[in-house]
Amino acid sequence: MIELVNVTKTYRMGEVEIGALRGVNLTVNDGEMVAVMGASGSGKSTLMNILGCLDVPTSGRYSLDGVSVGRLSDSRLAAVRNRKIGFVFQSYNLLPRLTAESNVELPLLYARKSGSARLAREALERVGLADRTGHRPTEMSGGQQQRVAIARALVNEPSILLADEPTGNLDSRSSLEIIELLKELNRISGITVIIVTHEEDIARFAERRILMRDGEVVNDERTGAE
Amino acid sequence: MSPQRTLFSALQSVGANKLRSLLTLLGIVIGVAAVISLMSIGRGVQDSVTSFIQELGTNTLFISPSGGSLTLDDTYALVDPVLAPSVDQVAPEINSFAAVTTIDDFGARSLSGEITGVTPEYQDVRDYKVAAGSFISIPHVSAASDVAVLGSQAAVDLFLGRNPVGQTVTINNRQMTVIGVLESRGGGAFGFEDTRVLIPITTAFRRIGADRSVEGTVTVDTISVLVGDVDNMERAEDEVSRILRLRHRITEEDDFEVRNQQQALEAFQDTTRAFVLFLGSIASISLIVGGIGIMNIMLVSVTERTREIGIRKAVGARRWDILSQFVLEAVLLSLGGGIIGVLLGMLIAQAMNVTLFVNEDIRTVVSTDITALALGVSMLIGLVFGIYPAMRAAALHPIEALRYE
Repeated sequence: MIELVNVTKTYRMGEVEIGALRGVNLTVNDGEMVAVMGASGSGKSTLMNILGCLDVPTSGRYSLDGVSVGRLSDSRLAAVRNRKIGFVFQSYNLLPRLTAESNVELPLLYARKSGSARLAREALERVGLADRTGHRPTEMSGGQQQRVAIARALVNEPSILLADEPTGNLDSRSSLEIIELLKELNRISGITVIIVTHEEDIARFAERRILMRDGEVVNDERTGAE
Repeated sequence: MSPQRTLFSALQSVGANKLRSLLTLLGIVIGVAAVISLMSIGRGVQDSVTSFIQELGTNTLFISPSGGSLTLDDTYALVDPVLAPSVDQVAPEINSFAAVTTIDDFGARSLSGEITGVTPEYQDVRDYKVAAGSFISIPHVSAASDVAVLGSQAAVDLFLGRNPVGQTVTINNRQMTVIGVLESRGGGAFGFEDTRVLIPITTAFRRIGADRSVEGTVTVDTISVLVGDVDNMERAEDEVSRILRLRHRITEEDDFEVRNQQQALEAFQDTTRAFVLFLGSIASISLIVGGIGIMNIMLVSVTERTREIGIRKAVGARRWDILSQFVLEAVLLSLGGGIIGVLLGMLIAQAMNVTLFVNEDIRTVVSTDITALALGVSMLIGLVFGIYPAMRAAALHPIEALRYE
């Protein structure tokens, strides 16, 4: 479970302080699928970074599965990212020199888990890429690369999957495949999925939509998802 | 990440950029090859000199005048079973330089060399072996005979390979009969041993014109003392000094000097060690240059791979994981360069043996300790020059790194 209480994030740019987040209160229960929407500069990326433990809030409290992560050291944060969070990025962010299998294996290696190669192949199977384990990112389509990224996000069995514009670089057919895959993972595995998007078509797959503006949550509505 | 995985990953990155890695290695390769080959010359010289000095025998004392003079009487006073029980044999010598000539059907030849007046004991004390004929005997000394024993090279130079025994040479206008030729001491670098000409000590001071002191005694240049047991060297030195101090009525500083081969060996080894270190330290400068090359490339690599670092951090790499990955890459580069450098250095050392030193008595020696040191130092250089780029990589903020294009 995710709990944000009055979270702020302030960046200094020279003399000027910019409030990227200005008092965000948010609770996301396990197994929810949430779409975060908002114009650019609304603070949704900052929110994602904090939810993903890539950054820490300036003030306020963030607890993840009951653990306050706002004041953890760098290496503790790295461990939290490794075990509890899976990232899916707009530009896939795969390592170009590594095969699909090695890319998916990466989080397991940092977790020092045994049997990592087998787990990586299983994760690739779950996203429908069992026959692409030996391919490098350049040998795959955008949709396939994003599936590899999703397999990497899943492989360590995290409690949250954070997807930052996961379909931003894809055509509409691939986009649909990806969002359906995320939806299926949410439904079958019960993993919490948070998607940042500005596309209505994508957001309608989530049962809950959060709208951000100027660093604040201005609308939080639960709708029946499709 | 587990150490094996980190190693594998580092190998992969080094291998991904083969040309660049190879060029980066080159600095270390040249540095290590220079260290190995230069040190191998130094070690070769050291070994050659050491074996030469050891051939002279480490159980010999050399007494030479130092402000005073040594006489033939001093020499025989040292043969004293009561006062000097450790002394086995004593051999005086008188040295002078003179031209030695010979004339035969093929013309006249001469060499200018060291003419040494000796006694029969000289052969044992200095461990000379006679290749042909015989050594100087007691009758030769008693009669101050005009006879000479030639070093092997002197024999070749004067008689062009024909048997010199029975032939005549002229030294200082005196005809001398060659009675023997010494076996070669072998020593290209120190060949003077083989160009010596030995004559009876009495002949040397009566016929060739050595000095007599005021009292009419004969002065000698060096007294060689053979000590029966190597363990008694220090005792023998004390005995010899005591006798000479008594005879010379010395209460303060000695007017003679007693040296032994062990000291000479140690002194020489100190000198050559300094020489080897000097060569090594010059060569190490290129190692440092190679290290800076590695640091340069690692910094470029960290900048190029900023996004990779961001991705790794996002999926859970800690500072230490990133740091160890980049340090290991630098160490692999420098160690790889070190290994290639050692092989190249060995090759150069071998090549010098068959070219530069082919006619010399020196053989280059690539010793394991220098090899191990060179490898260790090249690894250390990777560590030292890799740590700063790696720290920069590890300190990158994941968000900024991911945003990097």
